Amino acid sequence: MTGDKPHFDEMLLPDGSVRAPYNEFCEWYGAQDASRLRTKARDAENFFRRTGITFAVYGEEEASERLIPFDIVPRIISGREWARLSRGIEQRVRAINAFLHDIYHRQEILRAGRIPIELIAKNEAFLPQMIGMDPPGGIYTHIIGVDIVRTGPDQFYVLEDNARTPSGVSYMLENRETMLHMFPELFRKVRVREVSDYPRKLRRSLAASAPRACNGPPEIAVLTPGIHNSAYFEHSFLADQMGAELVEGHDLRVVDGRVAMRTTQGYRPIDVLYRRVDDDFLDPLTFRPDSALGVPGIMDVYRAGGITIANAPGTGISDDKAIYSYMPEIVEFYTGEKAILENVPTWRCSEADSLAYVMEHLHELVVKEVHGSGGYGMLVGPAASRKEIAAFRQKLKARPGNYIAQPTLSLSTVPIMTRQGLAPRHVDLRPFVLVSPNGIDITPGGLTRVALKKGSLVVNSSQGGGTKDSWVLDE
Amino acid sequence: MLGKTAGGLFWMQRYLERSENIARLVDAGFRIALTRSEAAEDEWASVLTTAGVRQAYSQRYDKVDGSSVINFLLRDKTNPSSVLSVIEGARNNARLVRTALTREVWEATNECWMTLKEALRTQISDNELPDVLSLIRQQSAQVRGAQSGTMMRNDIYFFAQLGTFVERADSTARILDVKYYVLLPSLSYVGSSLDNVQWETILRSVSAYRAFRWLNPGETNPRNIAQFMILDQVMPRSLSFCASRMASALEAIAREYGGAGESLALASALSQELASTNIDMVVDNGLHQFIQDFIKRNNTISARIEQEFRFYH
Repeated sequence: MTGDKPHFDEMLLPDGSVRAPYNEFCEWYGAQDASRLRTKARDAENFFRRTGITFAVYGEEEASERLIPFDIVPRIISGREWARLSRGIEQRVRAINAFLHDIYHRQEILRAGRIPIELIAKNEAFLPQMIGMDPPGGIYTHIIGVDIVRTGPDQFYVLEDNARTPSGVSYMLENRETMLHMFPELFRKVRVREVSDYPRKLRRSLAASAPRACNGPPEIAVLTPGIHNSAYFEHSFLADQMGAELVEGHDLRVVDGRVAMRTTQGYRPIDVLYRRVDDDFLDPLTFRPDSALGVPGIMDVYRAGGITIANAPGTGISDDKAIYSYMPEIVEFYTGEKAILENVPTWRCSEADSLAYVMEHLHELVVKEVHGSGGYGMLVGPAASRKEIAAFRQKLKARPGNYIAQPTLSLSTVPIMTRQGLAPRHVDLRPFVLVSPNGIDITPGGLTRVALKKGSLVVNSSQGGGTKDSWVLDE
Repeated sequence: MLGKTAGGLFWMQRYLERSENIARLVDAGFRIALTRSEAAEDEWASVLTTAGVRQAYSQRYDKVDGSSVINFLLRDKTNPSSVLSVIEGARNNARLVRTALTREVWEATNECWMTLKEALRTQISDNELPDVLSLIRQQSAQVRGAQSGTMMRNDIYFFAQLGTFVERADSTARILDVKYYVLLPSLSYVGSSLDNVQWETILRSVSAYRAFRWLNPGETNPRNIAQFMILDQVMPRSLSFCASRMASALEAIAREYGGAGESLALASALSQELASTNIDMVVDNGLHQFIQDFIKRNNTISARIEQEFRFYH
C-alpha cells in the first residue's frame, strides 16, 4: 500500500524517542491505564451520538446517521512550527482575496500573462455577475480552510484551498470540548492555545463586513440547505454558537430591497448571510432556475449593497485545482514575495508535456479532477489496480484539461489508539482562517483529519477518515 | 423567531404528546383484552378509531386482533401515527429547531428517539408489552422534564406548550367522541357491568382512573365522568384544562410580542365558555354535538395559529 514509503512521524523519531512537542503528552499517556483510555474513547463516541454530531453520506441507501470517528491522541504542533505555518497561510489568504478582487475588476494578472485567460474565461466557477461588484469591506472570502500536508519536520505543503464553503470547524470545536471534558488533567499539564473563541471571532468578523444598508447592530443569519445536508450539524452548531438565526431558502424573501426572514412577527431584514449553499443554488433568478435552496433576487440586493454574502459568490474559482497550480505565481504577483508555503508539485494535464509525463507515470501519481471535491473522481495510482489505471487513462485521454496530477506524498503520521497500542496513521491539517476588514485571524491548529486504515492516504470523512484534536502549544 | 421554528416547536410537541396518548390507548385496550376477552375485538376497533387510523389499519390487516393492533399502533412505519413514526417526527422537528432548544432538551429528545427506535425494532409480544409501554412513558417523561426544567419561559416555550395542549385537547375529545354513547344518561344501562368496564377504559385512556375515584369516591356515573373529562379544572387532560392552557400560552406570546391576534381571541372564548358552563347544560344541549363542536373549534384554533405566526407562509 501507499504508506509504506518512509514517512515522517510527528510523535516519534526514527530511534523511538519522542519529538519535543509530544514530550508532556507522552509522559501523561505512559502513566494512563490502557483500559481506562479505551473506555474514554467509547465515551467520546457516545457523547457525539447523544449530541447528534452525525451526518448522512450522499448516495448511501440506508442513510442512517454516521459518526466521524474521533481518535483521542491529539496532533501536536509546536509554537515555533505554527508561527511559520501561520505566516505562510496569512500570505496566501491575502493573495487569494487580492486575486479575486482583481479577476472581477481589472484582471491585471491576465493582462500580465501570468495565467492563461481560458482558465478564467471558460471556468464555470467564474461568475460574470460579479464583475465590477465591490463586496462590503472588499472581502471575498470571509472564511477559508487551507488544507496542509507535512512530509518532514519543516516541510509543509498546501494541498488545496477551500474558499467556497469550507467545513469541519464544528468538529474542531467539539473535538476540543470532548478532550477537555474527558482529560481535564492533561490540559493542566500541557499549555494548549485555545480554539473555543472561534464562534465569537466568526461573529465579529462577519459583523465587521456589514453592508451599507445596515442600520444598527448587524443581523447575521446562517443559510443552510436543510436537515438532509451532510453538514447540517455544523450549520446549526455555528448558528447556535454565534447567536445567529439558522435559515433556509423558504424562510427568506426580498422585501423592500432587503433580504428578509419570515419571523413570527413579520419579515425582518438580514445584514450578513453566512451561506452554506453553493453559488449555483443561491439565486434562481440569476443562477440555476430550479434551485429551491436560495432566494430569488438576492443577487440584486447584493449588488445594490443591501446584504453581505459570506463567502462572496464567485470565490469558488480559487478552489479550482487548475488555478491552484498557479498559486505560486498568484502569491508573488499580489504580494511581491515568494510564497512562504509551497504547493505540492503539480502537473497540469491541459499541457501536452505534462500530460505525457502523467500518462507514463499513472501508477505513481495522484490524479484529481480540476473541479472535484471530497476525494471523489480521483485516482491514487499506487493503490489502484491495473484495470482502474487503464480505465482512468481513457478518462484522461478524453478530457485532459479536466485533470491535474501530483506525486503521492509521503504524508506525515501521528499515532492513533488501536487494540495493539499506538499505531501511526497519515494525517493532514485544515486550519481555518477568518478574514474581515479588521484583519486576518487564523485559529491555532484546525482540524486534523486522519486516515484510519493502515497505510491509507485517504483522510476524507465521507470515505472513512477520522479526526483528531489539534494542539498548538502555547510557548 | 422564525415562523418555521415556531412551527417546528409546535409540531415537535404535538408528536411527543401523540406518542404518549397512543401508548395510553394501547395500555387501556390491552387491559380490556386481558380482563374481558369477549369485548377485546370491539375494544381494539374503537382504539383504532380513536387514534384516527381505523381505515389505514384495515388496508393492511383483515382482522382486528390484539397483536396486530398493538404492533400497528406502536411500530408500523406505514402508520403515520404509530409511536415510532411520531417519535421520529418529533426528533426531526427537534433537529430542525435545534438552535431554539437547550442542550438538555435536544439530548433528551434525541435519546428518546434512539432508545425507542431500538425497543420498537422487532415484533412486540404480549409479554413484552408492559415493559415497552413503560419505556415509552419514561422516555417521554424525560423529555418533558428537560423542557420544564431548562427552557426559558419565552415564546419558544409557549409555542411548545401550544403544541402539547392542542394535541392533548384533540386526543381527549376523540376518546369522548368514540365513547360518548357510554356517557349518555340512559335509564336502561345504568349500573350494568358493561358500562363499568367502558367507564374504566375511558379513565385509563387518560391515566386518570385512580385520580377520578379518589376525587369522586363512590360516585362513578356517566355524569361525573363526563364532567371530569370535559370541565374539570384540576384534571390535566380535560378539555377545559387544555383550552385554558392554550389561552394562557397565547396570552404570554401576545405580551411578549406586544399585540394579540385572532387565535388568542378564539382560544380565550373557548376557555371561558368551558369555565362557565356546567355538565347538565352540556348534556342537555347534546353531548355528542358538544364534543364534535369542540373538535372543530380546536382545529380552527390550530389552523389560525399556523397562519398568524407564519409557520409556512
